[in-house]
Amino acid sequence: MASTTPAAMSADAATRPPAASAHQEHRLRQRVLGWLFSAPYLVYVAVIFAYPLGFAVYMSLYDYFFTAPGVNVVRPFVGLRNYTHALADPAVRQAFGNVLEFLVINVPLTVVLSLLLATLLNQVVHARAFLRVSFYLPYLTASVAVVGVWLFLFSGTGLVNQLLGPLAPHPSWLVNERLAMPSIALFVTWKQLGFYILLYLAALQNVGRELYEAASTDGASWWSSFWYVTVPGVRSATVLVLLLSTIVGANLFTEPYLLTGGGGPNGASTSPVLVMYQQGIQQGKPGYAAAIGVLLVLMTLVIAWLQNRFGQERD
Amino acid sequence: MPRPATIVRGIVLGLGAAVFLFPFYYMIVGSLQREPDQTLAGAFPHPANLTLENYVTINDRLNLLQGVLNSGIFAVAVIVATVFFGALAGYALSILQWRGRGAVFALALLVQVVPFQLLMVPLYVMIARNYGLADNYLGIILPFAINSTAVVIFRQYFLQLPRAIFEAARVDGASEWQILTRVALPLIRPALVTVVLITFIGPWNEFLWPFLVTKRAEMQPLAVSLANYISNVANSTANPFGALLAGAVVLAAPVAVLFVAFQRYFVASELSTGVKE
Repeated sequence: MASTTPAAMSADAATRPPAASAHQEHRLRQRVLGWLFSAPYLVYVAVIFAYPLGFAVYMSLYDYFFTAPGVNVVRPFVGLRNYTHALADPAVRQAFGNVLEFLVINVPLTVVLSLLLATLLNQVVHARAFLRVSFYLPYLTASVAVVGVWLFLFSGTGLVNQLLGPLAPHPSWLVNERLAMPSIALFVTWKQLGFYILLYLAALQNVGRELYEAASTDGASWWSSFWYVTVPGVRSATVLVLLLSTIVGANLFTEPYLLTGGGGPNGASTSPVLVMYQQGIQQGKPGYAAAIGVLLVLMTLVIAWLQNRFGQERD
Repeated sequence: MPRPATIVRGIVLGLGAAVFLFPFYYMIVGSLQREPDQTLAGAFPHPANLTLENYVTINDRLNLLQGVLNSGIFAVAVIVATVFFGALAGYALSILQWRGRGAVFALALLVQVVPFQLLMVPLYVMIARNYGLADNYLGIILPFAINSTAVVIFRQYFLQLPRAIFEAARVDGASEWQILTRVALPLIRPALVTVVLITFIGPWNEFLWPFLVTKRAEMQPLAVSLANYISNVANSTANPFGALLAGAVVLAAPVAVLFVAFQRYFVASELSTGVKE
């Protein structure tokens, strides 16, 4: 991600045209065309990203309600009341707690499994393309489609319970208050893992071969060369995987909406985005939902900051 | 004689591939079963229990063709806007020399980490309520119109082209627009394939946004109509899972086929610039 940043900053190495005025005209034209060519993209970013970001914060400070298009009404300023209500709302607290539970299961599992599989994949000679395709397929497939199969697999009489026989949980996975959120965390780990495997696979190409050779001449086992060479070698990728998997977890919506029938049972698998949908759009309280969104982003930022600190302290 | 470590590695990777692929196999098998058979034997289809009936059922329930058409319109519109405006922006960010270029590029990277959950409510208020674009193709398309990842990819590939080509074209009197369309774009054809593929997958799979802004069934992309079918499925059809899985196969197949056919265009360096869902 960062590797793409400053490459273009170098000055114009073009040969100078003979006449100074022609050169100046050329530079002026480039300056105008630069803005002109970027203009549609800039307008798009302003309308779809910048304005709504500001609007979200603005809305969260008002008792915002829907009206017919074009109707001008006064919407009362309420300060931080939406925030204090959200923090006191048991449904919101439960949703945030659920996401934390999700992250505690999903993030470590994602890091460990994707690094392990990427390391093994990197050492393999045969069937590399086949393995890459199979690991990556769930990531590229629509959530809605794969949710369908998981419902089939994990239903009360589904294949998973058939295989477990007497060990099958009662009530079954997705309708069990204790297991609903872990099931979702497992599903998302499975679905996203291929992306992180490829990310690690790219990072592994930058770990020096000579380090592995030195480790092997020292008689290091597979495990110790993994632990002392691979793990430190891909640390920046690990920070990225932590960050991205945390963001994906904070964004959770489709899975609780479909897999557990709208965050059931008894709200055991609701997520903040699901609550935002229910409050902001179904109940018509977008100001309240925007406040929950701001809180969610703040929580994500705090977690990301902690991960970053933790990642650097070990250097 | 392979070493034990090699054997363990093969087993772990093989097991991993099975865990990733089995649900897809099971999706197809389940969509072809006349009677849902959830026992272990059901995973190995019995010829007498195979049928295409479920595809007919799901088509009756949610008009598959209309869903595919809506998803297609959504995806193609985003691809056209992204290739056109993204290539323009990418060209400006790599080939043209102008002040503000660095800031615009930083913006294109920043946009990719803005969480959609924060934008969801204000965008809904703006697009569905203020502009009245609910149940409208434009309303579905707008938030996805230009893929910022594509802007970054275009820029990266243009930067790799030799500077001399552009100087020569300018000396020959070509305008920047002509250089972009007749010289630069034809030279980066592989990047174009990558951009089209990753730009197709996003809208085709997208659920949350079109779900928020479409209420009328005939406007819904396939992911949304299938999700609605899933959320009130159980009591309406004789073989609900069969029909549901048939719909899932139709939704998953285009992306899976494109990926397998064009997998060399899914390069790791592009992926790490942030394909996100």
